[in-house]
Amino acid sequence: MLGEGIIQGLMETARNFFGSYVEKERLVTVQFPEERRSLPEATRQFPFLLYDGDDPERGLRCVSCQICEKECPPRCIHIEKSKDRKPDFVGKQQFYPAVFNIDVSVCMSCQICVEVCPFDAIRMDTEFELSTSDRFGGLLWTKRELARSNEYYRQIHPTEAGECDERRAKELADAQAKAAAAAAAAAAKAAQAAAAPAAASNGAPGSGAKSEPAKKVVTQ
Amino acid sequence: MRMTLPFLILAILTLAGGVAAMTLRRLVHCALALSVAFAGLAALYLNLDAEFAGLAQLLVYVGAIAILIVFAILLTRGGDSDAEKSFSPAGIGGAVIALAVFAVLAWATETSGIAHPALVTPPPESAMREIGLALMQRYVLPLEVIALMLTAAMIGAVILAVRERRNPAGTESAERPGLGA
Amino acid sequence: MSVAVAPAFAADQIFVALKYWLVLHTPGPFQTLVSILLTIIPIIVVFPALFAVTTVLERKGLGRIQNRYGPNRVGPWGVFQPLADAVKSLTKEDIVPRSADHVVHYLAPLVLVATAFLAFAVLPIGRNMTAVNLDAGVLFFFAIGAATELAVFMAGWSSRNKYSLLGAMRAIAQMISYEIPLILSSVAVIMISGTLSTTRIVDEQAHYTGTVAHWNVFTPWGLAGFILFMIAATAETNRSPFDLPEGESEIIAGYFIEYSGFKFALFFLAEYLEMFAVSGLGITLFLGGWSSPFSFLAWIPSWIWFFGKLLALIVGFIWVRGTLPRLRMDQLMNFAWKFMLPMTLVVIVSAGVWRFLPAGVAGSAALGGVIRWLVCALVVAGPYIALARVLERGRKIEKRTYRYAE
Repeated sequence: MLGEGIIQGLMETARNFFGSYVEKERLVTVQFPEERRSLPEATRQFPFLLYDGDDPERGLRCVSCQICEKECPPRCIHIEKSKDRKPDFVGKQQFYPAVFNIDVSVCMSCQICVEVCPFDAIRMDTEFELSTSDRFGGLLWTKRELARSNEYYRQIHPTEAGECDERRAKELADAQAKAAAAAAAAAAKAAQAAAAPAAASNGAPGSGAKSEPAKKVVTQ
Repeated sequence: MRMTLPFLILAILTLAGGVAAMTLRRLVHCALALSVAFAGLAALYLNLDAEFAGLAQLLVYVGAIAILIVFAILLTRGGDSDAEKSFSPAGIGGAVIALAVFAVLAWATETSGIAHPALVTPPPESAMREIGLALMQRYVLPLEVIALMLTAAMIGAVILAVRERRNPAGTESAERPGLGA
Repeated sequence: MSVAVAPAFAADQIFVALKYWLVLHTPGPFQTLVSILLTIIPIIVVFPALFAVTTVLERKGLGRIQNRYGPNRVGPWGVFQPLADAVKSLTKEDIVPRSADHVVHYLAPLVLVATAFLAFAVLPIGRNMTAVNLDAGVLFFFAIGAATELAVFMAGWSSRNKYSLLGAMRAIAQMISYEIPLILSSVAVIMISGTLSTTRIVDEQAHYTGTVAHWNVFTPWGLAGFILFMIAATAETNRSPFDLPEGESEIIAGYFIEYSGFKFALFFLAEYLEMFAVSGLGITLFLGGWSSPFSFLAWIPSWIWFFGKLLALIVGFIWVRGTLPRLRMDQLMNFAWKFMLPMTLVVIVSAGVWRFLPAGVAGSAALGGVIRWLVCALVVAGPYIALARVLERGRKIEKRTYRYAE
């Protein structure tokens, strides 16, 4: 009959209307600032820089290789390399970024910087409440504003962080094994050459620095 | 006849609309000015207590004729202004004819009873009812003839329009199959 | 048989009495002016206020229909949302396209709102509460309605935007098409009441047989006519599902795409005012205007009845908007010419039958009334079923399946 479908539709919407007052589970909206839905793990907004330990200045993983700066499609990353070096987590002397800026108003959240980073230094954040009254300065994030601890990373992307930490632990173990082997070889050589006990344990450069992150990796 | 303030305002409005319709460059502006003149005329009728004539004027001229003109402009030339001057020698002839019509109308008004208020009969109490009864009783045959003529014209227009469309693709596709149905 | 029921006078006539009291206490030369102002100002205040209420009702109602909350932030349950909207639209920048026709662009919303307000002049919003008691009130209403089409065209053309022009063309085509069923379904009422005056049409319906009022909607032709009238009214006011002229997904906002700030708000206001006006006319013609449906309810003031019915119709509009998707242009035109027009003609025939069948037969008024009712119902229902059969022929209605979704 002509008009039957319209009646059916009207009944359906009436059911929705009254039902939404009776059954709370009908309502699909979340009252945002008070209620929050947990974000899916793969959420990504804008990049941040990872650091190990407590000091964002010293523990920053970035070695200022500038690959991300070159790969960034909208060119929102600006890096200035440091003059001096500091040891990284395995103890190797590396450069670090004297300046690391990301213009978030330009960033398009493509995650390419994360994909290309060989040092696991840059990751995507899930934070999205970023509005600011300063349109230019407020959205240009410096190194200090970008730095986030590894704990934070593990919080927002547990799976990804776990893999990353495993890999780094392995790298560290390899490096340590290599260092130990080198030390052993050097000790053997020294023993051979001078036939005297060598103080190899504190002779290797950076061994003091590497012990600290190594402890961290293990506790993870 | 006394020139009351509402009459003066409406007369000026109507005349201004008419003059604007003649002198403006853009066709759409002319059409809009013309509808102002129509509306002014309707208001004049209402001012004279001729409710039916006034409202019918509004309904037919502003509601239908003006829209028809506007549609014709839109569908033909897009309402673009033409650069040519709006004055032409034929305008003189038009002015002469307009003056002649005005003279005849003025003469007819002056010689009729309207010029002498004593002879004017007061308007009927319920003009709408009178008009309705007159249309349905005394003038029912002319009314029906006009209705028949208009119906014939409308059917003719529909036939013309339909014949044009049938050429390329046959019948129009009113029902579209549902996606993936 | 028919009995006019006297209302509780004081509350019913409170506004009329107030107006006379105020006029009587003004000095002589200003009495006319004050009287006119006291007639106009309530209309200019009350109906935009109703517009404000309706916007929040509509947004909340649509939200609930879609299982959402709707606005609930400004004030308790979001009731002050219209104030926030008003502040927003007043403080927004008024942008006029460079190539727009500035004069016409400026005039269009004003003409639209002015004509929308004019339509309220003939509506009896209560006993003795008609602003202008015209002898040809219904005709006036439709004549004013015709002027809104011109305003819509002005808006669409002057914006110099292809979408606004398309929207204006669609709006005008739709308004003209649906004006015919709108007027024809009113003709049935005019035929029965024998007058074009809105006040007298309501007076005719404010009589009671037993306890039931003589509303036109209680007759078969009146019921069918009312439904057809409201469908045509929905199309006439560009409400969903007939909102093609402003279809957001196709032509963005139609004829008022190039309007911003307060002018945009004026368009919105005019749209809602037209909705109220045409609903008011529907109430006047079919739902007995300010009269109560049952004589034992006549103590409720007449203006409460009118606004109550108006609110009910607004709720109906919102409900339909929340339910039906937008029509296609060909569906719109097919519906107007293949369904609405024949059905309104059938309603007119049914009203004619009603007029000439005797109300009482063989001395029994009740039996005569029932027979007349059934005959007229048959006159409407028979063609409806036949028309439905013809229109549904060859159309297979099945559940739509989607290839990629789901």
